[in-house]
Amino acid sequence: MTDTGFVLSWIDYTIMIVYFAFVLGIGWALKRYMKDASAFLEAGRSMPAWVAGLAFISTNLGALEVMGMTGSGAKYGMLTTHFYWIGAIPAMVFLALFMMPFYYGSKARSVPEYLKLRFDEKTRGLNAILFAVMTILASGISMYALAILMEKVLGWNFHLSLVLSAAIVLGYTYLGGLSSAIYNEVLQFFIIVIGLLPIVFLSLQDLGGWSGMKEQLAPIVSAKGFAPDTWTTTWKYTGSAASNPLGVEWYGIAAGLGFVLSFGYWCTNFLIVQRAMSAESPTAARNTPLIGALPKMFIPFLIIVPGIAALVLLNKPGSGFILPEISPGHYNYDYTIIALLKQYLPAGVLGLGITALLASFMSGMAGNVSAFNTVWTYDIYQSYIRPVTSDKIADDKHYLFVGRMATVFGVIVSIAAAYLASLFGNIMDFLQTIFSMVNAPLFAVIFLGMFWKRTTGNAAFTGLLAGFFIALLHHGLTVPEGAATLVKGGWIANLHTYPVEMAQNFWTAIFAFSTSAVVTVGLSLVTLQKKSDEELKGLVYSLTPKYVEKNIAWYQRSSTLAILVLAIATILTIFFW
Amino acid sequence: MGIDIKFPIGLMFTILGLLLTVFGFMTSGDSALYGRSLGININLWSGCGMLAFGLIMLFFSRRSGKAKTK
Repeated sequence: MTDTGFVLSWIDYTIMIVYFAFVLGIGWALKRYMKDASAFLEAGRSMPAWVAGLAFISTNLGALEVMGMTGSGAKYGMLTTHFYWIGAIPAMVFLALFMMPFYYGSKARSVPEYLKLRFDEKTRGLNAILFAVMTILASGISMYALAILMEKVLGWNFHLSLVLSAAIVLGYTYLGGLSSAIYNEVLQFFIIVIGLLPIVFLSLQDLGGWSGMKEQLAPIVSAKGFAPDTWTTTWKYTGSAASNPLGVEWYGIAAGLGFVLSFGYWCTNFLIVQRAMSAESPTAARNTPLIGALPKMFIPFLIIVPGIAALVLLNKPGSGFILPEISPGHYNYDYTIIALLKQYLPAGVLGLGITALLASFMSGMAGNVSAFNTVWTYDIYQSYIRPVTSDKIADDKHYLFVGRMATVFGVIVSIAAAYLASLFGNIMDFLQTIFSMVNAPLFAVIFLGMFWKRTTGNAAFTGLLAGFFIALLHHGLTVPEGAATLVKGGWIANLHTYPVEMAQNFWTAIFAFSTSAVVTVGLSLVTLQKKSDEELKGLVYSLTPKYVEKNIAWYQRSSTLAILVLAIATILTIFFW
Repeated sequence: MGIDIKFPIGLMFTILGLLLTVFGFMTSGDSALYGRSLGININLWSGCGMLAFGLIMLFFSRRSGKAKTK
C-alpha cells in the first residue's frame, strides 16, 4: 500500500457514523434490562434461534478471519473452503445435535462450569484460567491488526483508532452485556455481508465472471508449479501434499481440519458456545449452530472468491492492483481485502466496505470481551474469590457489578495486549499458538466426558495436561519449511520439516487430541469415579433421558435442519470438487 | 430480552440505503468517480438493494410487533 492510501469523503464518514450510532443505540436501549448478573452475562437465556444463530457465525467472522481468509483465497484458492465446509459444518452439526442438549440442559453457564459439573474443580479452574488469558490475548492481537491497517491504509492515528474502537466496544458491551453483544453481532453480520458484496460483484465482473477468472488463473497457477485448475478446485489435488498449495494430503485435511481442529474449536470454545447457550429454549439452542451453518457455507463466496480474483489482478499487467511486499516477490496477503476495496470501490460504497471491516473487528472483540467477563465472573471470581452467599438479591447486584467491571478490565487489558503485540509481535504470536493448543485436548476430554460415563475427573485433568504437553513437544520438535524464527517451531530440536505451517498445525492438533484421548481413557479405567450416576444425570449421554422434540412441526426440528445443512454442504463440495 | 432487533436493523439499512441511493443519483454520470467500479454506478445499485432489505426488515418487525400486541 502506498502512503497516499485512501481519501475518504463526507459520504463515507456519514455511513460510518450512522453505523456507530446504531451500535451504541442498541446498547443504550438494552441498558434498562440489565438488572442482574444473569441478564448481563447470559442474556437471560432469551434469544430467538435466528438471532443466536447469526450471532454465532458473526463472532467467528472477526477482522482477522476476514483479512486472513481473503489472503488465503489468493494463497490457496478454493482449497481455503476446507475451513468452511469440511472444517466447520460437520462440527457445527455435531455440536447442535449431540452436545447442545448437555451444555444447555445441564444449566451450566459456561463451558468451564460444565467441566466442573461433569468432572471436578481443578479441571474447571485450569480451563477457565487458560480461556480467560487466551480470549484477552486474541482480542488484543486483533485490535493491533486493525489499528495497524487503519494507520497504513487510511492514515488514521494508530493510538486513536485503537482507543476509539475499544471505547465503542466497551460502550455497548458495558451498557447491554451479552444481549448487546449478540444483537450487535446480528447487525454486524448484515453489514459485513452487504458491505463486501460490491467487491465480489465488481471483481468477477472485471475478470469476466467465474469462467473468465478460471481461464486467467491457469497460466498463473501453472507458473507456480501446480495443475492449472488447482485454485478453483477443492479436493481434486489433495492426493499428495506436494500437488496442492496447502501442503496437506486429503487424510490430513479430513482428520486434522475436519475432525480435530474444527471439533476442538466449534464444540468447546466458549466464545462460540455461549451464543447457543443464550437461546430461549432447548430447541432454539440446538438450532442455533444449524442456523449459523447456513450462512457459514456461503461466506467463502464473499471472502475467498475476491481473494482469488486478487491473485489474477496481481499478475495482470495494467490492472494497477498492488499488494505490499514483505520481501521481494513475497506479498503481504493480509492486505488483500483492503487492496480490493481500494481497487474497485468509489466514495459511498467504499465507506460501506470500511464500515464492514470495522464491524467485523468489533464483532470479534465484543465476542471475546463478553465471553471473558462471564468466565471471569462465574468461574474465577464466584468460585475462588467471593462465593455465593445466602442473600440472593445482594448477590445479583454484586455479580452484575463484577461483570461490568470485568468488561472494563477486559477492554483495558486488551488494549495493553495490543501494545504488547506492537512491541513484541513474535512473542504474542507464539503465545497465541501455545494457547490454541488447548482446544484439541479439551475436545477429547469433553467428548469422552459426555459420551462415556466412566470418564473420571482425575483422568480428564491429566488428559488435558498430557495433550497440551504433547502439543508443545511436537511444536518444539518440528518446523515449517522456511521458518525464520523459533516462534514457528523447532525450539527444542528439528526432527521433521513440514512443507507449510498449516500442515504443522494440523499434525500438532492430531497428536494432542490422540494423546489426550488415550491418557483420559487409560486413567479412567484405573481411577475411581467419584460422581454418582445421579450427579451425572443431564451431563452424560447414557444417563440423560433422550430429548424428544414434541409439538414442533417437522420443518422446525433440529434433525430436519441438520439434514438440510449437510445436504447443501455436500452439494457445494461436489460442485467444487 | 426486550427489543426486537429487526427494527434497528431495518431502520439502519433504510437510512443507509436512502443515503447511498440519493448519493448515487447525485453523482450519476460522474465518470471520474465510477471509473474504478468499471463505469457501474455501484452506489445507486447498492443503495437500492439496502433500501429494499431495510424495508423488508421493517415490515417483518412491524408484523411481529402486531402479533405480540394481539
